[in-house]
Amino acid sequence: MEKKEVTLMKGNEAVAHAMIRCGADAFFGYPITPQSEIIETLALLKPWETTGMVVLQAESEVASINMVYGGGGAGKRVITTSSSPGVALMQEGISYMAGAEIPGVIVNVQRGGPGLGTIQPSQSDYMQATRGGGNGDYNVIVLAPASVQEMADFVDLSFELAFKYRNPVMILSDGVIGQMMEKVVLPPIKPRRTEEQIAKECPWATIGRPSSREPNIMTSLELKPEVMEEINIHLQEKYQLAKDTETRCEITDCDDADYVIVAFGSAARITEKSMEIARKRGIKVGLFRPITLWPFPEKELRKTVAGKKGILVAEINAGQMIEDVKLAIGNSLPTAHFGRLGGIVPDPEEIVNALKTKLIDNE
Amino acid sequence: MKKEIIISGFGGQGVLSMGKILAYSGLLEDKEVTWMPAYGPEQRGGTANVTVIISDERISSPILSKFDIAIVLNQPSMDKFLSKVKPGGILIYDGFGIINPPARKDITVYRIDAMDKAAEMKNAKVFNMIVLGGLLKVCKIVSTDGLNKALYKTLPERHHKLIPLNMQAVEEGMNLIEEVK
Repeated sequence: MEKKEVTLMKGNEAVAHAMIRCGADAFFGYPITPQSEIIETLALLKPWETTGMVVLQAESEVASINMVYGGGGAGKRVITTSSSPGVALMQEGISYMAGAEIPGVIVNVQRGGPGLGTIQPSQSDYMQATRGGGNGDYNVIVLAPASVQEMADFVDLSFELAFKYRNPVMILSDGVIGQMMEKVVLPPIKPRRTEEQIAKECPWATIGRPSSREPNIMTSLELKPEVMEEINIHLQEKYQLAKDTETRCEITDCDDADYVIVAFGSAARITEKSMEIARKRGIKVGLFRPITLWPFPEKELRKTVAGKKGILVAEINAGQMIEDVKLAIGNSLPTAHFGRLGGIVPDPEEIVNALKTKLIDNE
Repeated sequence: MKKEIIISGFGGQGVLSMGKILAYSGLLEDKEVTWMPAYGPEQRGGTANVTVIISDERISSPILSKFDIAIVLNQPSMDKFLSKVKPGGILIYDGFGIINPPARKDITVYRIDAMDKAAEMKNAKVFNMIVLGGLLKVCKIVSTDGLNKALYKTLPERHHKLIPLNMQAVEEGMNLIEEVK
């Protein structure tokens, strides 16, 4: 067997390596802290000289996402990366992609907001990511990496999901996961798809019309409401299929736990340490980590928390995922939230203290 | 074995690269490693710190409230991290620029005058390697051999000629560090 090479790199660097290795056709993006290492690493690796992948610094995030729209429409594997204020600018394009059923991948290495906010880490774009973010009834599949390894692994997975559902897929990371260095085994090298493969796998793509069929048209515009309703119903059926089949989560030490902490991404990593501390103090606590934030792993959560004494939702925001937790479990259990705002990242002790003051002491 | 380390000083002192070399040495010895910088708009002269965790087991949080080892290289870092060393832990500091030396009795304190030594060696850039040598003397997290290999792996080839000088700085640091009682 081929020996896997273990390297040390930042989450951002891992994303850049992974996109080249998984056969991405193009990257369009604009630098912004804390994700600039992605475009910097691409510039260093020069994939246009090896795989032929296009790397282009666009004039803005609005331009980037519309370049993704164009490339995705031609059946290409295209990706853009940014951080919160930049991703806010992209929302129109993402909505248009969902409407026109164009696959593409967006990476958001979140920083604190609102507005230009701060360059420090945050998870405050949860709602924007999981509720579509732009106009119209649509959803984006959202994956939340909690390690550098997952930053690398989720790139190819996102492309697979994007093409399976013909829909944008977002990797919702943050400044902690983007900036930290860890061991990573880079994904295997896949060649870029040939024009013939794209024509075969993406019959909908706008890659030149053979005389055998009508033109493919990629648009989100439809002026007849009865047709537009049909299109929306079709989209909703797709989203339902994703809800039924694509939920992912990681459940740690919940079997014997009295309390469950629900956390995603970097907050889940911090919570792992909180669990160690709490268990040393005799508090039995487990961790439920949603990996897909949309679709949210509702069924898995309901099953995990059944019979527990309470749930703490730990997020680096003012309380966003807690709404999905409550939608999933109703009022069946005491549920509290803990978060830090504006770029402050909580330390493990703070989460243990919140568990104590917000749940245990209130019993 | 699990060591949770904070290295903190001025930007430009080589704090982040010292952490990176340490983490890479750990990786070469098949350990789990995490390197988490406090990133910001700071440049040379501002504050910089990095958390390095080296462990035999899977690492949980990259963000920590307490540390086994703190390496503090200026007064603001001392003010911030002295209280965050676990009881029984280690604090290493460079005497240069420290106005208030640490007064805790429940930790082991070491002093290493690496700034002076680097000046004596007429090479300010080896400052961080002197400190790293001191760390490895008092806590053998990784071997010097592993460190040497890590330098060859992390530095671009055009800088490989400088590695013997860096390893000499590590050696100097090992001889220089002393416990403050």
